[in-house]
Amino acid sequence: MDKPVNNRAWLLVLPVLVLVAFSAVIPLMTVVNYSVQDTFGNNQFFWNGLGWFQEVLESDRIHAALGRQLLFSAIILAIEIPLGIFIALNMPKRGFWASLVLVLMALPLLIPWNVVGTIWQVFGRVDIGLLGHTLAAMGIDYNYVNDPLDAWATIIVMDVWHWTSLVALLCYAGLQSIPDAYYQAARIDQASRWGVFRYIELPKMAGVLLIAVLLRFMDSFMIYTEPFVVTGGGPGNATTFLSIDLVKMAIGQFDLGPAAAFSLIYFLVILLISWVFYTVMTAQRETP
Amino acid sequence: MARITLDNLAHSYSPALKGDADWALKPMSLTWRDGGAYALLGSSGCGKTTLLNIISGLLHPSRGRVLFGDRDVTDLPTADRNIAQVFQFPVVYDTMTVRQNLAFPLKNRGLPAAQIAARVDAVARMIGMTDTLDRRARGLTADAKQKISLGRGMVRQDVNAILFDEPLTVIDPQMKWELRTQLKALHREFGHTMIYVTHDQTEALTFADEVVVMSEGRVVQAGTPQSLFDSPAHTFVGYFIGSPGMNLLDARVEGATAYVAGTTIPLGAPYAPPKGRVQIGIRPNAVRPAPEGLPFRLIRAEDVGHHRILRGEVAGAPFNLVVPEDQPIPAGFDRVALDPARIGVFVDDWRIEPLERAA
Repeated sequence: MDKPVNNRAWLLVLPVLVLVAFSAVIPLMTVVNYSVQDTFGNNQFFWNGLGWFQEVLESDRIHAALGRQLLFSAIILAIEIPLGIFIALNMPKRGFWASLVLVLMALPLLIPWNVVGTIWQVFGRVDIGLLGHTLAAMGIDYNYVNDPLDAWATIIVMDVWHWTSLVALLCYAGLQSIPDAYYQAARIDQASRWGVFRYIELPKMAGVLLIAVLLRFMDSFMIYTEPFVVTGGGPGNATTFLSIDLVKMAIGQFDLGPAAAFSLIYFLVILLISWVFYTVMTAQRETP
Repeated sequence: MARITLDNLAHSYSPALKGDADWALKPMSLTWRDGGAYALLGSSGCGKTTLLNIISGLLHPSRGRVLFGDRDVTDLPTADRNIAQVFQFPVVYDTMTVRQNLAFPLKNRGLPAAQIAARVDAVARMIGMTDTLDRRARGLTADAKQKISLGRGMVRQDVNAILFDEPLTVIDPQMKWELRTQLKALHREFGHTMIYVTHDQTEALTFADEVVVMSEGRVVQAGTPQSLFDSPAHTFVGYFIGSPGMNLLDARVEGATAYVAGTTIPLGAPYAPPKGRVQIGIRPNAVRPAPEGLPFRLIRAEDVGHHRILRGEVAGAPFNLVVPEDQPIPAGFDRVALDPARIGVFVDDWRIEPLERAA
């Protein structure tokens, strides 16, 4: 169908462009601005080229934070995606229990992130926390303040508690959209439970699963509030993820130039990995 | 393959039965012989899909039994009944190729690979998809997907019955005709018992040896297409089958004569004095314009190719005539004559038989 070309239509897009400029482009550009300048104070800046980028890319401290970050996101996805699918498959399909389960599942998603951090910070404390105290009473040497492994375990369990619901709810929505006839056909074809999952449920969930993976990856890769509240990045640097490190650099040390370069690289890494996920997960669907 | 017996079968979706209206399927008994082609015909919501799902075991009936041969299968799950079913909308396994789709029911039953390959090839030829066997099912047209569903339904040779739930709804008219012809040919070739649910009378009448007409959860008549057309047992069958349907007029019947709006109409045979609401029914092709008879008001004439339909009314009720193309229509005619031998008498919607047929 031929549509008339009218360049005045661009005017209609203008309000959105202005809005996006003020909300995203201009703030981003100030960061770009900082990332290529240096200062010795007194608000006097001078050109530093790609110096900060080079420094960030060669920094051992940031490499370590990136490693921890990748490991964290990988563990989070490896637990939350299968667990979310499993929960969605076992949620009641309709009736009173379905509504109740939906509300219960949605609850963790409604709690502000720093409150989630605080809950687990207290929950895991050996002196007064229910979890920490119980574990100690059972003779398990658990202390997330001193032991890096315990700190990791606490943060991972916290994230699973907080976000698995999201994956489960998305998958549940995908499952609900499968017409009954598919299950009936599978019964007639004598498909096994695994067959039903593999050939009906999983393909129908693929779309929402992609969204779930992307959301969980991006969120976990940018995680800040909860580990900051629980461990503050410790013990030592054990749970210092990228954004915690970034804040330390930008606000703690007030190294605006490196922090700005760091931010931009951080942003590009998230963009790159999300793109890879998207490409890989949609590639299979495109092939005829 | 087996004979299918429905013994006092009834079903309700609400657990607490309050009245007659709660039955999705009113109590019924039917026997379908092994290897027959049957159609369940009725408008939407008449219970035909419910009945089909009970036979396939997707629903458990509230009452009664389903027998395959002499075996009671009422409590058997779908998988153990060894039936195939094709649904209204195409059900294909998206991520599989067409070949894998067709092989799936056989693979799940653990048949040897060589046998599976042979069956898949045979079925692919039947549905005309030999060229697309190795394409992924996702992205195929609705037509092609439904053909895969049909193929999956027919790939197993040992099934007790193949059930079709309005399988041609999403298919193009041209393809519909072709697939229906193919189904018919398959039926002749393999002799599976086939049960075909549809609301389309053409589909039912051309496919089936015997048509079961359902209305409001009740089987109103089961018979050959010809008997449904010639002697409908219920007014619903009368107007549901045939295009246009049977003409029905409120009448008073005394002996071998009917009175409609003051006009005398001879019936072919005498009837016992009926009690209840009495109607006479006649097919539009058994009526012709005449110099005298029932007063008729013509509203419009439709030329549908090999015949014309004259739509009008008699005594305020719609009344249609079917006139062959070569027969001239007298200008301004206002009377019609009814063929006495083809008038049916209905009391409270059910047909009654005459005392004796006049020679």
